[in-house]
Amino acid sequence: MSQARDTRPSAPRDGYQDAYRDDFNGTVPTAPLQAPQHASPRQEPRLLAAGPEADWARHLEAFGPWEPQAGGPGLLDALGASGLTGRGGAAFETWRKATAAAGTGKKGVFTARPVVIANGAEGEPLSFKDRTLLAHAPHLVLDGLFALGGALGGAGLYVYAPAVTLPPVQQALAERPGGKRVRVVQSPETFISGESSAVVNMIGNGAAVPTDQRRRLSESGLHGRPTLVVNVETLAQVALIARYGAPWFREAGTPTDPGTRLVSVSGPAPVRDVVLEVPGGADLSAVLAEAGMPSGSVSAVLVGGYHGRWVRPAEHALSPVGPPARTVRPGAGVIHALGTDACGIQATAGIVSYLAGQSARQCGPCMFGLPAMASVLNRIAGGERNPRLTAELDRLGRLVSGRGACRHPEGTTGLVGSALEVFAADFRAHLSGYCAAPGGAAA
Amino acid sequence: MKTYLHIDWTSCDGRGLCTELLPGVLDRDDWGYPVARGKAGRERTDVPLRDADREAAEEAVFLCPKLALSLQQRAAQEPAPRTPGGGARDTGTRH
Repeated sequence: MSQARDTRPSAPRDGYQDAYRDDFNGTVPTAPLQAPQHASPRQEPRLLAAGPEADWARHLEAFGPWEPQAGGPGLLDALGASGLTGRGGAAFETWRKATAAAGTGKKGVFTARPVVIANGAEGEPLSFKDRTLLAHAPHLVLDGLFALGGALGGAGLYVYAPAVTLPPVQQALAERPGGKRVRVVQSPETFISGESSAVVNMIGNGAAVPTDQRRRLSESGLHGRPTLVVNVETLAQVALIARYGAPWFREAGTPTDPGTRLVSVSGPAPVRDVVLEVPGGADLSAVLAEAGMPSGSVSAVLVGGYHGRWVRPAEHALSPVGPPARTVRPGAGVIHALGTDACGIQATAGIVSYLAGQSARQCGPCMFGLPAMASVLNRIAGGERNPRLTAELDRLGRLVSGRGACRHPEGTTGLVGSALEVFAADFRAHLSGYCAAPGGAAA
Repeated sequence: MKTYLHIDWTSCDGRGLCTELLPGVLDRDDWGYPVARGKAGRERTDVPLRDADREAAEEAVFLCPKLALSLQQRAAQEPAPRTPGGGARDTGTRH
């Protein structure tokens, strides 16, 4: 135990910054972190502890030697004890998902070899933590992929990621033993490309659109095999748990939201996009302050991504579980702040228009309902004084929700619902013919 | 065991035959697609059926011109066959 613990990442190295400024293309970050203006629960870097663009040697130096057998059967128990949840959005317990895939392969006369897919598709326009992770710590993700594949008894391994992240992944695969076992598939740059059935569909059939799921992917996924689609950050966390164990993992975060997570933080200019590693249950205001946005500088925050929700920048814990009034689900780790001069309705209308355009146009309620919602929102944002519009928006949201092959309709409905709640005063203002925000079109 | 009527939304074209055969179970939305009456969330895609509706549901499955319907037998408590969340990123997102 102590042997393993000695090699875990500790303090940041000299000259190494614990935050990654990223300009969306995975370049080496150079800008130092601003001193936080609020006391914040600073988190020692775990996932990015090997520094920028870590190669195999630097990876091993930072995290300790890698035993391929770390992915023994004991790994699933360790994942259960760690309480790790998926970092791609759904926050489903990783051990439960992995155990389901491990169990179904053994049913029946023929055993189907399972498949593990590292999902690096980051369709969320405001998310960049996964491409940052793949650019700087590809080996940690691959460690997790090999470990989970081993725990499932030698699964087929895939990396599915957008073009910009493929060079570091391919270089990492070329320089580590066993790298040839992993197949790499490029994901298209669409919002929906990372949805798990779309991932399996793209690898199997070349179409990155969700499929109707009568059976779980863990029962019948890629080529009918038990399939596990795991976010790349989740895999990096698996690699750390395989090395240092569940008790170490739980040293960060809270009992109900253990460990750390990466968040992609963005805000009004001149705030720069930054990837931060924060402990589970971190306070939203503290995270914003650390990214250079002190309280009072933002009016509302979009948390979780385009399928997430708007909240006021008050005392919210970033956690998948907790009392609803003081908790906001981190989803895919997107935190986007709205400046005090921006109109929340206009921002939401822009997002919903985008989401309507990103519908795969397979399911009727999504294909027709989302453009209808976007149209109503745009009319309100544009200053149309019709008091029935908010009720119509609410009705459309309830109409489409739950009716599709994937969760695109209800994700959109959830965002609109939070906008109706958080921007209630703005909606009243728009419908009375003015906009409270200086930047609004209805002004 | 409970019987569910599964709607494959990727195949459904809103022809409306099922809503005529199962008027007490399915309504039509603004665009003609079926909506399970009084249901929310996942139960609008895997619609729980009463025994009395079973025969009409079998007919709807057989007659659907897009082959978008199927019947599923599941223990009532078993969660629906979809990874929770998802969205665009594992999406849940998102997937």
